[in-house]
Amino acid sequence: MTRSRKATPFLVLIGIIVFVWTVMPIYNMVAVALTSNNAVFSSNLWPHEPTLEGFVKVFTEDHFYLEHFWRQMWNSLFIGVVTAVAVLLIGTMTSFTIGRIRVRGSSFLSSAALFTYVIPMSFLAIPFYRVMHSYGLADSPWAVILVEVTFATPYAIFVFLQYSNSIPTELDEAAKIDGASLGQIFLNVYLPLMAPALVAVGTYALLLAWNEYLFAFLLLSSETTVTVPVALGFFLNSDQAPWELLMAASVVYSLPPIVIYYLFRKYMAEGLTVGGIKG
Amino acid sequence: MSNSALRAKAGAPGNTGAPGRSGSHETFWGAVFAAPYLIIFLLFVIYPVCYGLWMGSNPDSYRQLFSDPIYVRTLLNTVLLLVVGVNLKMILALLLAEFFLSSRRWIRALFLVFILPWAVPAIPEFISVHWMLDAQWGLINNFLWNTFGIMGPPWLARPDLAMGSVVATYIWKWLPFWTLIFLAGRMAIPRDLYEAASVDGATGVKAFFHITIPMMWKLYVTCTLLSTLWTLGDYNTVHFVSGGGPVQSTHVLATLGIRDAFELGDPSLGVAVVITALPLVIPIMVLLMRQLRRDQVST
Repeated sequence: MTRSRKATPFLVLIGIIVFVWTVMPIYNMVAVALTSNNAVFSSNLWPHEPTLEGFVKVFTEDHFYLEHFWRQMWNSLFIGVVTAVAVLLIGTMTSFTIGRIRVRGSSFLSSAALFTYVIPMSFLAIPFYRVMHSYGLADSPWAVILVEVTFATPYAIFVFLQYSNSIPTELDEAAKIDGASLGQIFLNVYLPLMAPALVAVGTYALLLAWNEYLFAFLLLSSETTVTVPVALGFFLNSDQAPWELLMAASVVYSLPPIVIYYLFRKYMAEGLTVGGIKG
Repeated sequence: MSNSALRAKAGAPGNTGAPGRSGSHETFWGAVFAAPYLIIFLLFVIYPVCYGLWMGSNPDSYRQLFSDPIYVRTLLNTVLLLVVGVNLKMILALLLAEFFLSSRRWIRALFLVFILPWAVPAIPEFISVHWMLDAQWGLINNFLWNTFGIMGPPWLARPDLAMGSVVATYIWKWLPFWTLIFLAGRMAIPRDLYEAASVDGATGVKAFFHITIPMMWKLYVTCTLLSTLWTLGDYNTVHFVSGGGPVQSTHVLATLGIRDAFELGDPSLGVAVVITALPLVIPIMVLLMRQLRRDQVST
């Protein structure tokens, strides 16, 4: 134990550096959000007269840029939740085919998932824009949902496959002898046993969609259909952006994912390590 | 849990398929269950990929691209982000995983703060960084002025500083995620190895080089390859931190492609930008797919 005591000042130094480095941009976000409109352009390091003015304006949509803020929050939520449900449904069905039914050709599915998993998402943005227009899905939340589902499902399939390896197939056999069809086995045996993995992947998909910017920006165009990050981007179009409002809106938009991350941290960490990237 | 599921199952009436003739039964259900993903894959992966390749098949676009000084600059920036950004981030993550392994209470508390950049959505964070770097009113230059009486540089108005800011912000955002991954990998290494090594006199730095690195090597390489691909597709960092400026000097391939397609209104040129990344993307994809498939089979 003497060794570790000697190392303490060094560890504290690292700790301080890590803390300052990590917190700075987030501190800046909160500090600016608490600043009054006429004090944003100052050389203060913290708000000298902190005010909730900015948050009040966000909640009451009391600014040109905030006119549809709650509508946009709803859009983000809708896209996130539908994405999560679709990813869970399609992901479990696919992993059930590959891992349980094991029909011929199901290995093609895992190759397809693997291939999608390693494509940099933004590289397909330009063709996607054209393709969605040709499918008649311009300015529709469903276009964004389909994109998120396309890119989140492969990860879901990996996590589910890995997780279901730990579920003995004897259970399937027993249910089969009882005369259950594969559809019934899926619903009554497979899904209930997969619950922890469903939580991890559902959270992952929800947050992926909630946080996503580029495709929402390209595929949605009107102020009432865009998601919050796209609307935050609109602020930057003007030279005199109302920074305190932009940051207050940012804080409000960031809170749900922060809460979810800290609640589901354990599940997520497990999901991350069993999905594709396990050494 | 498993028992109750089974009992619930046993209670339900079994109306189809005697176990004997399971062949066609399984093919049928296999097709039903595989269909949704198969359709998604064909409509939203294969079709856009083919469409993209077709859009980028005009040789004129490439001639235009290679004679454009912005493109050359963009390539260099991309290489910088991949070589310095990705690798520095991964090395720091590996070292920090060792740091956060500590059982001290304050280090565990610090870890909760440390994952904040990962937990907060990227766009508000990058917008905050953008404002923080403002030459006149940003937090950083305010700090330099208030504390040391120095006038800070115009971070986003000088190409080198702007690109440096992009790389730093990129590392800031993704360091927690990879530290978390390495921490999980590190905790999976059996303790006996370290105990045996300490008997032989290998502790601290020595143990790190002789046990941690060899044991983590495969995970480290896989993660670095994966991160390289994802970083190639990173649009948000550059777009929000520097906006590609000053004077288009900090673009990466991902942002230049979108700019050419949507701001200049030339989609085939935009696709051409992306396609020029394929000589790097394809080998990494093949390597990764082989690696990940092997991992899947082995478990």
